[in-house]
Amino acid sequence: MTRNVITEGSEWTFELIGRYDREIARIAQNYGLDTYPNQIEVISAEQMMDAYSSVGMPVNYHHWSFGKEFLGVEQRYKRGHMGLAYEIVINSNPCIAYLMEENSMTMQALVIAHAAYGHNSFFKGNYLFQTWTNADAIVDYLLFAKNYIAECEQRYGEQEVELLLDSCHALMNYGVDRYKRPSRLSADQERRRQKEREEYRQFQVNDLWRTLPVRDVAESAQDEQRFPDEPQENLLYFIEKNAPLLQPWQREIVRIVRKVAQYFYPQRQTQVMNEGWATFWHYTILNTLYDEGLVNDAFMIEFLQSHTNVVAQPPFNSKFYSGINPYALGFSMMSDLRRICEHPTDEDRHWFPDIAGSDWIKTLDFAMRNFKDESFIAQYLSPRLIREFKLFSVLDDDAQEQLEISNIHDDRGYRYIRQSLADQYNLGSREPNIQVYNVNRCGDRSLTLRHTQYSRRPLAESAEQVVRHIARLWGFTVRLESVMEEEDKVDLVHECKIEH
Amino acid sequence: MTQVIDRRLNGRNKSAVNRQRFIRRFKAQIKRAVTDAVSGRSIVDIDNGEKINIPARDMSEPVFQHGTGGRREAVHPGNTDFVKGDRVKRPPDAAGGQGGKASDSGGGEDDFAFQLSREEFLELFFEDLALPDLVKTQLAKLVDFKSVRAGHTSDGVPTNINVVRSLRGALARRIALRGPHMKRLREVNAELTALQPATGEDDEEPDTRALELEEEVRHLKQRIESIPFIDTFDLRYNNRIKQPKPTTQALMFCLMDVSGSMDAVRKDIAKRFFILLYLFLKRNYEHIEVVFVRHHTSAKEVDEEEFFHSRETGGTVVSSALQLMHEIIRDRYPSTEWNIYAAQASDGDNWDNDSTKCRDLLMSKIMPCLQYFAYVEITPDAHQSLWQEYERVAGAYGNFAMQQIEDPQDIYPVFRELFRKRVT
Repeated sequence: MTRNVITEGSEWTFELIGRYDREIARIAQNYGLDTYPNQIEVISAEQMMDAYSSVGMPVNYHHWSFGKEFLGVEQRYKRGHMGLAYEIVINSNPCIAYLMEENSMTMQALVIAHAAYGHNSFFKGNYLFQTWTNADAIVDYLLFAKNYIAECEQRYGEQEVELLLDSCHALMNYGVDRYKRPSRLSADQERRRQKEREEYRQFQVNDLWRTLPVRDVAESAQDEQRFPDEPQENLLYFIEKNAPLLQPWQREIVRIVRKVAQYFYPQRQTQVMNEGWATFWHYTILNTLYDEGLVNDAFMIEFLQSHTNVVAQPPFNSKFYSGINPYALGFSMMSDLRRICEHPTDEDRHWFPDIAGSDWIKTLDFAMRNFKDESFIAQYLSPRLIREFKLFSVLDDDAQEQLEISNIHDDRGYRYIRQSLADQYNLGSREPNIQVYNVNRCGDRSLTLRHTQYSRRPLAESAEQVVRHIARLWGFTVRLESVMEEEDKVDLVHECKIEH
Repeated sequence: MTQVIDRRLNGRNKSAVNRQRFIRRFKAQIKRAVTDAVSGRSIVDIDNGEKINIPARDMSEPVFQHGTGGRREAVHPGNTDFVKGDRVKRPPDAAGGQGGKASDSGGGEDDFAFQLSREEFLELFFEDLALPDLVKTQLAKLVDFKSVRAGHTSDGVPTNINVVRSLRGALARRIALRGPHMKRLREVNAELTALQPATGEDDEEPDTRALELEEEVRHLKQRIESIPFIDTFDLRYNNRIKQPKPTTQALMFCLMDVSGSMDAVRKDIAKRFFILLYLFLKRNYEHIEVVFVRHHTSAKEVDEEEFFHSRETGGTVVSSALQLMHEIIRDRYPSTEWNIYAAQASDGDNWDNDSTKCRDLLMSKIMPCLQYFAYVEITPDAHQSLWQEYERVAGAYGNFAMQQIEDPQDIYPVFRELFRKRVT
């Protein structure tokens, strides 16, 4: 084969990055990847550590917890306990990808294919990202948030703002409407409407509490209708709208944390898919580069060595095992999908009648757009892959003395294991289900939260502190009750009393 | 469509603010760790950064999580010989088969460890302390200059000629200027030698050519010789420039009573006190000189080794040390150039009649030259006459401080007390 390699060396230059990017873009387009425009930024290791500690965002408000994160990363990096990621990519439009200056040319090409075309097209195509995030506005919004919080710090004191942020961060995972589509985010509108919102919200809250009847607490609490009428899962939203004592600026900060949480919500649910998609595409694109003779053998060896490390899955009894590697699972599933389309076996035809033998590019594109980890695994994990990974499920029931191997990778177990693994990625089961149950409107204004137990799992001890954070936001007594799944029994787990 | 941006020149310390906030928030814990470190290791090597451990629970960011217990199912890869229905013992503490669980419940009770830089460490160590009376330093700051080397220049005074540099330049110039002539000379010589055999015996015609060439050789040699051996152009002078030298120099007197009643334990306490003072000054002054004065009935200036380790016995006359100190200041350290600090450690014993003399010496001669005088009395007993006389000095001078130390634990608090930030 004739080779017309782009470069032989391993040193990168800006010109070479540009050439690789053009070739990769061309190939990606041939495969039908639809992406945001790219903004590739070359940064140093220190800047990478900075990016790490502000959850990858180019701008963010100041908070001590980011400093803690930074010190932790710095300490581990300096001692060689961890390497830094080769890239960080931000779901924004244009899509910002950071490349580390230490990377060799091969790594830069890998990272461009992985982040700037793989992740980028996922951000643009996947339904969760389309529903929950707004790539056009996020950087502007964060800038707005940063400035607003800095202004609050000046006006009300750093201490005050910090305490508020602490409390909000404790509830970050409970700041999302899981089933309702949020309105679009725009920094411009935010600024314009922020003032308006402030006044309106305060007015609403005041109205809610205005007609406070003077009645005996004990007799009134019973017969009143509950407020809210239905349990609310979005704790931060509920607090933003209903906490009686919060100042307008405090409500705005609650809202900011809520919006940021919402932005990260899809990422938490699509780790396997997102990494699998990006890994599959860097693998495919770089192999195409090789087939076209644009890169040499040395390039491929370096790339494959790095790629193999990324998708390694140590077995459960290895000392390196720390759960299922999302890169390994995601990459294998994406590759397996392509195999099912191109070279289906009888088993595949039986399990996946509608995709076996179909156009692989279309099938993968459909899978990328319409699923999240949980449903993706439930839909596409093939028996062949279960065998390859030698997956088995372990049942840990504290009522039993021993663990039970509930199923393994055999005919009887495929469906069970597939469902069980899918459940593992279900946010609903990973996080305790806690909702706002009632506010005592006629008495002490106390807030009652209900935790509905999942498989008899209790709350971790940290719940007590979280309840205290909620009480700080709410301003009155907060109770947390736990409801047993089967027995229909309600226990008071924690209570944080605030007397006025 | 793609834009490549080099961000490496942008600021690196984006996290500096967050880091500061972290340190501010956990100041109480960090300070406790610093204090522990001070008592834990010898004060002598205090002048380093410190690894700080903060219990993780103090700085956790709590969120709602599942606790242990209940019923849970996990899928793991790499089955070897399990079949459905096997029962296995629950592994201790989330190892092996329960790896997934370990990351779920997360956390762990490990301490959060990080490194404080030396500056941050000392900053915390000396927090709230400020040098008393820095006015003089401020005023004197730009009075002195020091001259430092700054490469070479092409003009200057003859004493500063750098011979090596100048001759090296001259040599280079000679080679350069001679080059074309030498080349031509070689060519002409070659032609001459080529002509000679051919001209042989009796030809006349080539003679004119040879003559021409010989003429040119002569001319070229003349040109070459006329290139000067050294030219003013070659001269290079050492360059020195003056840099302002801030008088950040301090003199520290360590006065100690070494009479029989000062035993090893007391000397050790005194030593630690002096070291603290030394470190404190080191943070504020570039250059510090330390003068050790020991005394019993007579005083002597000694080196550090002798100061702390040799033993002597006898009575105690404190004024001898003060007298010597005064002489040293007068002869060697003019107080206009030096910030002078003195620390005196004693067990409080003194020859009775001498105490008033000490007070007079201090009041009339010494205190006016000093930035600060700190007196520590290392004794669990009642005070004697020296303490009472010193109290009168302290009454008259705000920069005279005295404290009593009973055992090593007292040193740090007393030191802080002595050098407390003065509200004025």
